[in-house]
Amino acid sequence: MEPNWQLARKRPVLEKRARIVQAIRAFFIDQDFLEIETPQRIPANAPEFHIDAVPSGDWFLQTSPELAMKRLLAAGYGNIFQISHCWRDGERGSRHLPEYSMLEWYRPGCDYHRLMDDCEALLEALTDSNKLVYQDNEIDLSRPWPRLSVHQAFSLYADCTVEESLAAGRFDEVISLQIEPQLPADRPTLLTEYPASQASLARLKPENPTVAERFELYIAGMELANAFSELVDCKEQSERFSSEERLRRAAGKAGYPAATRFLNELPNMPQAAGIALGIDRLVMLLSGCNSIDEVIAFTPELL
Amino acid sequence: MYSCSDLKKGLKLLIDGDPHVIVQFDFSKPGKGQALYRCKLRNMITGALFDRTYRSGESFEPASLEERDMQYLYQDETGYVFMDQKSYEQVVLSEETLGDDKYFLIDNMEVDILMYGDTGIGITLPNFVNLRVTQSDPWVKGDTAAGNNKPATVETGYTLQVPSFVEEGTLIQIDTRTGEYATRVKE
Repeated sequence: MEPNWQLARKRPVLEKRARIVQAIRAFFIDQDFLEIETPQRIPANAPEFHIDAVPSGDWFLQTSPELAMKRLLAAGYGNIFQISHCWRDGERGSRHLPEYSMLEWYRPGCDYHRLMDDCEALLEALTDSNKLVYQDNEIDLSRPWPRLSVHQAFSLYADCTVEESLAAGRFDEVISLQIEPQLPADRPTLLTEYPASQASLARLKPENPTVAERFELYIAGMELANAFSELVDCKEQSERFSSEERLRRAAGKAGYPAATRFLNELPNMPQAAGIALGIDRLVMLLSGCNSIDEVIAFTPELL
Repeated sequence: MYSCSDLKKGLKLLIDGDPHVIVQFDFSKPGKGQALYRCKLRNMITGALFDRTYRSGESFEPASLEERDMQYLYQDETGYVFMDQKSYEQVVLSEETLGDDKYFLIDNMEVDILMYGDTGIGITLPNFVNLRVTQSDPWVKGDTAAGNNKPATVETGYTLQVPSFVEEGTLIQIDTRTGEYATRVKE
């Protein structure tokens, strides 16, 4: 049998990927972030209606390291980051893998605006310039990147208002099918101020509690990162978890055990901002790949 | 019944009474949001192409159609001609119906033809076919990296990426489900 060429030919992209991951580490370590590792098999994830965890014995594989990282913040850790694998059941497409690599970082004493600056600085560090070419399209990365609120995006690109889409249960669909494809192709977009109902772990804006301090980073129409000012109100977090849990059960989805230790320790957590960024998609963007399959050695289908 | 997680390219569904095949498929989902299953479908009777997006929780009726063992004979101005080996009955499939599958047909190859009444509306190929490379740039001396690739054209006119060590005249195996190079064939 000849060597597996489908694997061998991925080497140049995997070399690039390794350099990107090393540069990400250097970016955070240079700023005195502590790199941490938390278990990937856990008793409970944060319950979210649209995210399904993969069971592993009596426990689950993590859908995100969020709860463990926040417990570290509550224990007094400062700036922390982690690169880890996350699992989300049933997610497979040209930009989705059921097992993928996530970068998460948290900054105590900051809000989500600080994370927007971080995203700008990280991309600048990874590209060594203020532009990027993806699929023959030049993207201007010079700072500051445009900020666009969800309300503005709906009025520019959608056939309905945010409120109408929420009432009809079409919010995500409008974002995916109408707004994402129309976001400017030549600039990153920071899509901000999500409706309160669309941010289970985010703090609401004090001056306008109908929206959450949440943003998503889009580059080349691709959702790269999701960030918020973290909710540190234990009572409110507990109520939101219960409401997501009720939605899950009402839809016939698996229920999850309560994240009791996280909720108990949450009152000790300082005000903080946290963000999750998909490493596979970042590698796609920086290496010009059109499919997530091209930036990992093994897709599930090749195992 | 199929659920959304069964949807993939090539799956055949009954929609409004007609058999349809998924010709393009992608899963998309905002990180925190609802999953969308985006399909390009072809009505297997009329040939009409259209896009449709499904959401988790929806279910689908499989299109159960008769499949018949046939042999590929030849291509002429009417299309691609196949013959039922028991009844000697002939069926013609259009180029449009075959899509890229037309590149993987070899004379006398046995295939399954999907029937709607007396009309052939689809084909199931063997998973792998062997085709000879008719054009490819020569191997560059010193290029020893196992992962390097280059374009090559095979006898049916199909162009694909192959490892750099594959030369003109080499018989290669192609995976008909992905259209990708699999391996060289020992002769």
